[in-house]
Amino acid sequence: MVLNRRTKFEQRFEQFIGNLLRVGVILASVLVLTGGILYLIRHGTEVPNYQFFRGEPAEFRTPAGVKTSILSGRNRGIIQLGLLLLIATPVMRVVFSLLAFVRLKDYTYVIVTLIVLAGLIYSLIGKYS
Amino acid sequence: MNTLDFSLLIWFGSLSAGFLGALTGLGGGVVIVPFLSVVCGVDLHYAIGASLLSVIATSSGAASAYVKEGYTNMRLGMFLEIATTFGAVAGAVVAAKISTGVIAIVFGIVLLYSAYLSRKPYSENIDNLPPDPLATRLKLNSTYPTSTGEQSYNVRGVPFGFGLMFIAGVLSGLLGIGSGALKVLAMDQIMHIPFKVSTTTSNFMIGVTAAASAGIYLNRGYIDPGLAMPVMLGVLCGAVLGARVLVRARVQLLRNIFSGVILVLALEMIYKGLTGRL
Repeated sequence: MVLNRRTKFEQRFEQFIGNLLRVGVILASVLVLTGGILYLIRHGTEVPNYQFFRGEPAEFRTPAGVKTSILSGRNRGIIQLGLLLLIATPVMRVVFSLLAFVRLKDYTYVIVTLIVLAGLIYSLIGKYS
Repeated sequence: MNTLDFSLLIWFGSLSAGFLGALTGLGGGVVIVPFLSVVCGVDLHYAIGASLLSVIATSSGAASAYVKEGYTNMRLGMFLEIATTFGAVAGAVVAAKISTGVIAIVFGIVLLYSAYLSRKPYSENIDNLPPDPLATRLKLNSTYPTSTGEQSYNVRGVPFGFGLMFIAGVLSGLLGIGSGALKVLAMDQIMHIPFKVSTTTSNFMIGVTAAASAGIYLNRGYIDPGLAMPVMLGVLCGAVLGARVLVRARVQLLRNIFSGVILVLALEMIYKGLTGRL
């Protein structure tokens, strides 16, 4: 069936999404590694404690908190920024898919993508007790 | 043990998990969580948070190559992501409300099933069944590259596949894994999608599924930078290495070793969950 074949636009879009995912992961890894090395240089000799759950301080829980943490010179803030970028990578993929479906005038998939995006945004900015 | 030694140990364990996960197609998440909680004594919430991030990293890393090669069915992925995203949100919300003992037992059961799946050989099934009206309406039927040129395929069993994806999403959000095995099973067995398309589309979806619950884990303070750092970097390195070796490796032998490791971890997790020692 001719209709099933992927169009030139869709193939170009696949290349773009592939590059987006790759760049996102590489940038996130570089940030995490940089922050990690700086963190280990400063705190490497301390005794770790992950046995008991305390919950992270507020500065590691939100993008705004991560920004404050980096500005106050905390290396773990750089790691957390890398992790935020990592979480943002698939979200950006969904955002760009939305633009592609709008351009293709494929309204069924514009709606499908909007629903997925709504779920992601709810998880990222929702308030949980 | 100081933080440097601890980080190196976690990094090396994560590297091994990512390596085996890539070779067997199960992903690193199923081994990372038991490794951190059972072997290293890390609190289960921290272990799940760190694992989720490593899952996003490996999924996005691998998907970047598969998407470019044209195996991934992006419409199918996006459609099924409705189910996995909301499942993952539900799973992450539930994870905070139930005890770690219950999570450990569910994890153990999923591990047992994964051990079984990793021993099962896969077969490429292309059938010539007529197109499903719902799949046609949703434009899910597509083509993928083979050695003899573009091969077209029809998608079937859309409602059942969609339902299983929701469960895969819940497990992902609850346990911090990618649920790749369940996603592939649903696409391969229920929806009759060619194996290469199933595995690559599953990989493509895993990043979004994990991101949906990672936001909630971050908000709750379950993602510790000091722990997530060696886990994410380790699993990612291991996965890249595993993908390189895959072409030359004796996969069946590795699958047997891997399923043995998983079996031991599964029993350990169920035991610790039941006795409340996790």
